[in-house]
Amino acid sequence: MSDVSQPAAHPPVTDWVHDFDHTDPQWTDDPFPIWDQLRAASPVVHTERFLGCYMPTTYEAVREIANDTEHFSSRRIIVRDVRPEVARNAAPPITSDPPVHKPAKQLLLPPFTPDAMKKLEPRMRAICNELIDGFIADGKVDAAARYAKYIPVQAIAHMLGIPESDSDLFINWIHMILELGIKDESKLLQAVQEMSAYFTTHIEQRKNKPTDDLISYLMNAKDKEGQPLEESHVLGSLRLLLIAGIDTTWSAIGSSLWHLARTPVDRERLIAEPALIPTAVEELLRAYSPVTMAREVVKDTTVSGCPVKAGNMVLLSFPAANRDPKMFPEADKVVIDRRENRHAAFGLGIHRCVGSNLARMEMQVALEEWLKRIPDFALDPAGTVTWSQGTVRGPRQLPILLGKAM
Amino acid sequence: MTERLRVRVDPDKCQGHARCKALAPELFELDEYGNAHEAGDGIVPPGLEDKAWLAKSNCPEIAIDVIEE
Repeated sequence: MSDVSQPAAHPPVTDWVHDFDHTDPQWTDDPFPIWDQLRAASPVVHTERFLGCYMPTTYEAVREIANDTEHFSSRRIIVRDVRPEVARNAAPPITSDPPVHKPAKQLLLPPFTPDAMKKLEPRMRAICNELIDGFIADGKVDAAARYAKYIPVQAIAHMLGIPESDSDLFINWIHMILELGIKDESKLLQAVQEMSAYFTTHIEQRKNKPTDDLISYLMNAKDKEGQPLEESHVLGSLRLLLIAGIDTTWSAIGSSLWHLARTPVDRERLIAEPALIPTAVEELLRAYSPVTMAREVVKDTTVSGCPVKAGNMVLLSFPAANRDPKMFPEADKVVIDRRENRHAAFGLGIHRCVGSNLARMEMQVALEEWLKRIPDFALDPAGTVTWSQGTVRGPRQLPILLGKAM
Repeated sequence: MTERLRVRVDPDKCQGHARCKALAPELFELDEYGNAHEAGDGIVPPGLEDKAWLAKSNCPEIAIDVIEE
């Protein structure tokens, strides 16, 4: 076991099937051949790392686990080196199990319906165009850092009613929780504390002066018994909305632009047939799903015939499920007009992403506005594309040359 | 001779992905939480059969049935 007080250096992986590690640089750079290798070995593989962790490798095994809340708990949703005590109201409903999950989820759903997202759409188009205005004359741009990143940040800041100018603060917290926090507990705790203090200030302000935003919405929400939510629940859900709403969609937009920069034929088709963009978004979500979740095994069971023991974590890789050729013909190919696409990018079962309608709207708008103004673009051969590590995968540096910009 | 189609959403399986509403807006409705149910009695008007099958084959929760009557 590693010393929990220090960020542990993980030894490089030499045997993926028995010793996988989703923080290994090889996984970060190109996970797809690794997943194929694991899937060929077994529907469920195991590693001794992270104090013991399984990974389902097929779509079916991922579905079984996502639908089995009796044996698999959501109280821990990030696979990390350590397993500190679970905080109550960590980030409901994503960290909740039945029966408390449903009421916590139902509170968050109404502000995120497709109709609610339609009202946000004009603001999103304006945000995208303002961002494009900022770099279009330069001839090149880091599309991850200057475009993809700011679209979800500004959207969620707008919905929560917090200043869009605090974006860099949010991004730093997310980096500390989702990346550094895997190996360094203190970074995670620091970020959680800072976020709680930040939101507490905003809650206090609204006590005298209520606003028309998600913070006031949660402050005024009532539980099943008609009582206001505990402040820790409000804070937990606010942390969740901020964390879950940003680098996920940032990654999805970034990966989509990365694909289109390298694939002129798909780009040209979407410019000629913009009505195909929503279908293309689904396929890009399938092929480059950003989010890997986790569960904790709380009772022994079997998954796809494989024994699974309590006390282990589960790396619930929706991205790997979405590359399963049994479920998706030509799974490793981006088929931009794929007609049948039951992809699991937003999860399966009761924990389906509460922001899926928001993410889809942001992706469609981000691609539509970009393609309207920048129909021709390519990766900058002088630059390097880098990918985030761990729980959420997407480009963090995406140097692009803008050709024939309009 | 021609069979009539009827769509049905299993409310216990639906998790509100809303793919059906995006692909076949004439055939499905969403409630205040964004969960889907079939529009009206679920009967598919002539000409919308393809959309019914498309909605079924894109539901991640396998919550949609298309019944041939």
